[in-house]
Amino acid sequence: MASEMVSAKASAFAYAPAPESRSVVDIAPSYGLFIDGEFTEAADGKVFKTVSPSTEEVLSEVARAGEADVDRAVGAARRAFGKWSALPGSERAKYLFRIARIIQERSRELAVLETLDNGKPIKETRDADLPLVAAHFFYYAGWADKLDHAGFGKDVRPLGVAGQVIPWNFPLLMLAWKIAPALATGNTVVLKPAETTPLSALFFADICRQAGLPKGVVNILPGYGDAGAALVAHPDVNKVAFTGSTAVGKAIARQVAGTDKKVTLELGGKGANIVFDDAPIDQAVEGVVTGIFFNQGQVCCAGSRLLVQESIHDELLDSLKRRLSALRLGDPLDKNTDIGAINSAEQLARISSLVEQGEAEGAERWSPSCELPSSGYWFAPTLFTNVTQAHTVARDEIFGPVLSVLTFRTPDEAVAKANNSQYGLSAGIWTEKGSRILAVASKLRAGVVWSNTFNKFDPTSPFGGYKESGYGREGGRHGLEAYLDV
Amino acid sequence: MSDKPKNTGKKTEQKAEQNQRLSVFKTYKLYVGGKFPRSESGRVYEVTDSKGQWLANAPRASRKDARDAVVAARKAFGGWSGATAYNRGQILYRVAEMLEGRRDQFVREVAEAEGLPKSRAAAQVDAAIDRWVWYAGWTDKIAQVVGGGNPVAGPYFNLSSPEPTGVVTVLAPQESSFLGLVSVLAPVIATGNTAVVIASEKFPLPALSLGEVLATSDVPGGVVNILTGGTAEIAAPLAAHQDVNAIDLAGADEALAKELEIAAADNLKRVVRPQPVDYFATPGIDRLTAFLETKTVWHPTGALGASGSSY
Repeated sequence: MASEMVSAKASAFAYAPAPESRSVVDIAPSYGLFIDGEFTEAADGKVFKTVSPSTEEVLSEVARAGEADVDRAVGAARRAFGKWSALPGSERAKYLFRIARIIQERSRELAVLETLDNGKPIKETRDADLPLVAAHFFYYAGWADKLDHAGFGKDVRPLGVAGQVIPWNFPLLMLAWKIAPALATGNTVVLKPAETTPLSALFFADICRQAGLPKGVVNILPGYGDAGAALVAHPDVNKVAFTGSTAVGKAIARQVAGTDKKVTLELGGKGANIVFDDAPIDQAVEGVVTGIFFNQGQVCCAGSRLLVQESIHDELLDSLKRRLSALRLGDPLDKNTDIGAINSAEQLARISSLVEQGEAEGAERWSPSCELPSSGYWFAPTLFTNVTQAHTVARDEIFGPVLSVLTFRTPDEAVAKANNSQYGLSAGIWTEKGSRILAVASKLRAGVVWSNTFNKFDPTSPFGGYKESGYGREGGRHGLEAYLDV
Repeated sequence: MSDKPKNTGKKTEQKAEQNQRLSVFKTYKLYVGGKFPRSESGRVYEVTDSKGQWLANAPRASRKDARDAVVAARKAFGGWSGATAYNRGQILYRVAEMLEGRRDQFVREVAEAEGLPKSRAAAQVDAAIDRWVWYAGWTDKIAQVVGGGNPVAGPYFNLSSPEPTGVVTVLAPQESSFLGLVSVLAPVIATGNTAVVIASEKFPLPALSLGEVLATSDVPGGVVNILTGGTAEIAAPLAAHQDVNAIDLAGADEALAKELEIAAADNLKRVVRPQPVDYFATPGIDRLTAFLETKTVWHPTGALGASGSSY
């Protein structure tokens, strides 16, 4: 019966295509590394292709940085550091304000570019990624000449050269989280974007050119894990900032042991979204959907574990399934699309394998009837019910559109289950009772807690994890500390 | 042990001459979970003063002792981190009060251990007592200094608060047996963490006596656990322990610090690397913030209507 209702509902929500124009972005057939203000080939001449995950079309061919290139880029950043750090903060601020403004001006182009290279819906790049990117530069621009008032003492100093390695899930936003505070505090930067999403960082290099940023202050090295490892290991790097998997984060922590390098790590998560029996169901369902299906679930702070109070389990699940059946999966450039493509074949394989493991371990799998495009990397929104805490799908980060549903009876049980994780990045609470929100929020071991909302971000709001979700905070006044010698 | 020449305890000699009575020695024991166990290994090592004269046999804690200490510290974490900041401040102040009363004992122990003249040992102990007072005052202020509301661009009340990291292993400084110890321990527990402390290997006695003070200062059992013995031997299982959240490497040399930092990466412990510290100087808040997490909570604010009030 449920499935009939579901299909009737789905057809009632048929939409005519509303594609965003692809012509607003001009992607060159090839890109170099951006070192010392110039685009340049890799020392060993290596290149790699970046594809659109929704079509597998090759978008461009990009130089692939190796160890020699890392050394060149760090050298350029070191040479630029003296002058850049000696600039009055008010002058550094103006560069950052320029960058923020240019991003705003070019945001439609960048949104389309990001959607093409990443596979996420244009609705998200347009309404979430790009506004947050500009806001982040705008926010940290304002700090550059106020650092003495940030609570870290007088005459605070930058660290030097920052080596930054970012993931593919929010390519330009993660770049902003890394570069904006680094430059505001007077550091210079070598940034390695992920191998599947190098383009927006290379467009950012062009924005640096337009802003007149002194050469060498920002260097962009597209490449793979080997380039990231070389950057982290480089003896002339003073600061390492990494966003990505917990496994790589641990490798970095080992690598920098015994050095003076300052490190911040923003790693994986297995966020619990807790729904109490007094929560407004429809609102909670929207929050649960946002929590796990935003960006196809490829979000470190995703609410990938739904903890629902036993008494409303069936009602909530019915609503949730109904809602999932109305999600539109397909062309990421279509403004109606809710669910875009998975970022890469590799990630798709990882999601598929964990989901198969979930089934094999006895959890019950459900997806709405959902036609997947014939080319590209796609995965239907998926629910697991009858999940226990021992199941892999309740423990491991899947980083895909897969929600594991568990139940609880009392607030204490909810908290115990939510905290039963190696991770501690995010959590959600859905209840109408204010005191319960505060009590539960204070017991959750997570760096970000959303009550009656989920996946909200803001440059003024510190973000980062407890436990194996990493250390350090990005955003807000707190985010300055990672780049200051304090 | 038996092939070493036995020194006669000098305390004993003096006392015997003056009072014609044998003094009662103290058996120095570990402090774990609010109790004073011997090492489960049954091992001890000889502690001498700066001139090589015997002072005591200190327990040589084993990896099992270390694990027991972590269990005790974890068990105590909920209550201690959940106590009000005011309450923690009262208790830390109480530690200072108790120490003041036993000041002479600590001056003697520090002087004997570190080979200092009485006056310099007294300066160390006084500074250590004052350090407890300094951190007692911090317990209910740090949240306002490092936390607060964030002006997000949306209808949300967004609040960042510091919270204790959890169970913290502390390698106390090797040279400064008491002032150094207090300077690294007090900031850890001030914010609600619980601690497993490895005392100075050579000068362990002031640390063990501190355990006796903590036990009578309303510090709940398990909040501070004090181990003595081989620093490297005890630190290795603690650095690798999956239920330890952070480690302060103050008492590690360069090679040991690197080894422990590598082990600590396995569950991403927060690591404070060894650095030169003048323990007489007023500390900043670095050691407080090193073991704090920032939690940020978003609450929708709702809206009362578009026009609001101009007054």
